[in-house]
Amino acid sequence: MAKKATRASFGEALIRAGEKYPQVVVMDADLSKSTKSDGFANKFPQRFFEMGISEANMIGTAAGMALSGKIPFICSFACFLIGRYDIIRMSVAYCDANVKLVGTHCGVGIGEDGYSQQGLEDLALMRALPNMAVVQPGDHIQTLEAVEYAVNHKGPVYLRLTRQAVEDLPHPGRAFEFGKGEILREGDDGTIIATGGTVYYSLAAAEQLNKEGKGNFRVVNISTIDPIDSELIENCSTSTRQVLTVEDHVINGGLGGAVAEVLSENAPCRLKRHGVLNVFGESGTPEQCYKKFKLDKEGIIEVAADFFK
Amino acid sequence: MEETTVSFEQLGSIANKLRQDIVRMLHKSGSGHPGGSLSAIDIITYLYYQQLKRTRENSLAIDRHRFVLSKGHGVPALYAVLAEMGLIEKSALDTLREIDSPLQGHPDVVRIPYVEASTGSLGQGLSIAQGMAMAAKLDNFATKVFCLVGDGEIQEGQIWEAILSAAKFKLGNLIIFLDYNKGQIDGYVKDVMPIEPINEKLLAFNWDVHSIDGHDFQQIHEATEKAIANVDSPSFIIAHTIKGKGVSFMEDKASWHGKAPNDEELEKALIELRERG
Repeated sequence: MAKKATRASFGEALIRAGEKYPQVVVMDADLSKSTKSDGFANKFPQRFFEMGISEANMIGTAAGMALSGKIPFICSFACFLIGRYDIIRMSVAYCDANVKLVGTHCGVGIGEDGYSQQGLEDLALMRALPNMAVVQPGDHIQTLEAVEYAVNHKGPVYLRLTRQAVEDLPHPGRAFEFGKGEILREGDDGTIIATGGTVYYSLAAAEQLNKEGKGNFRVVNISTIDPIDSELIENCSTSTRQVLTVEDHVINGGLGGAVAEVLSENAPCRLKRHGVLNVFGESGTPEQCYKKFKLDKEGIIEVAADFFK
Repeated sequence: MEETTVSFEQLGSIANKLRQDIVRMLHKSGSGHPGGSLSAIDIITYLYYQQLKRTRENSLAIDRHRFVLSKGHGVPALYAVLAEMGLIEKSALDTLREIDSPLQGHPDVVRIPYVEASTGSLGQGLSIAQGMAMAAKLDNFATKVFCLVGDGEIQEGQIWEAILSAAKFKLGNLIIFLDYNKGQIDGYVKDVMPIEPINEKLLAFNWDVHSIDGHDFQQIHEATEKAIANVDSPSFIIAHTIKGKGVSFMEDKASWHGKAPNDEELEKALIELRERG
């Protein structure tokens, strides 16, 4: 199918969830046209709550609804959700409230709006919370399955979605399995572990590097950041000896941080964390931003060629 | 006006007994919040005995009336009521704040579901109560959701977000009590960050407002019944209270916000409370 933003896939999945599960309710904070919760709003107006530009209130209200048996999906940009971390920490995570937080507009990939609207630290923050599952689907079908999974997951879930369109990925088996990464491409010269909007480019980069005789690299898609698939990550170390992580997120504390933690404790190997290198995001087209931050195919090739021995 | 199930005199007697439990449990734990627990106990006692009418059987029913202690540091008052109603063991009160005790320093809904929500970071409980009220409305339950906020607490921005939205959603089943004991930690509310005029503010936000003596059961009852009768808008009951109410040397003192009584202070407090009977 044609490229599709995971936020758009989410909008579809949400309607399906609304049809299938009467307890699902949805909230938005004046961004429903952007988060794509508007489809659900039109179809199920009684179960959609426009909370206005009051994200803290939206999060707390969702916790209250969850404590009363509802399954709330609450939507905003990733950066605006984590902006209200205290409420996520206390009212959602600590209450173990069955709230599904949906953070769209992740990474520099959102483009022109620039840093203030770009979710760049959200994985690091959500990962730090007990009870909080952290999921970032890499394409359309993964998003559909992740939403279906999230409805039935017992406890809070954070779902991270792109603004920009992404390509389909060649899933070897089930498109989405909670807590499990997938090997999209085999290789034993090293592994590129990627997540979200960077997975497709990591795969394309590995294909090209192999074609050019510069190494045959395994490519892994991590769609559940927490709980992370430690077994697969350790296997990448023991089987391929060196690991490069790629994410549209700061390199401190996100996927790279999680992988570094697993490897250094259990299976140390050469590791490089690639992503937004402890700088702020900026304005540009999504393509220009990915190019500048070396998250596109050419950028990843350059980083990989430089790192892998 | 409907008679209360338990008479106002009986409520007073129960609340007095619970004040003794409060100071005893705080003395035992060596830390905690007497001032705000003693100012709140009359309201909480009334709500549990007259409105929530908790029993073991109904305490987790999906359509139950709910109470959210948004000012979570007042939890000794809540624990005292729950123990008196048999929902937690009386002996558990002695374990407040001890390691491995379900009686955490602030309400913990995972450890004790009867507290309805984990609170303690001020400003959040009102939104949670609102969500409960909205869920109940969606399900057409006759549920009423009560919530107690502190006067210092309404300095938090999220409180006003919830006050905005509760009016939008016409939550007639949401009733907020303000424990207006005039003091916070760094001093009197009027000096730290003034909040007056509260009545006019809430009216401007399209809430129904009542103003009462938060230690007078008749007034608490009348205001609550009026609030319940209003099905079109949420209600805000400004309850004028005294921080540390019931223990003369604690009354109206910011210093007794978060300090546990020592042996001598406990003794004095219990003598006063027992005399009141």
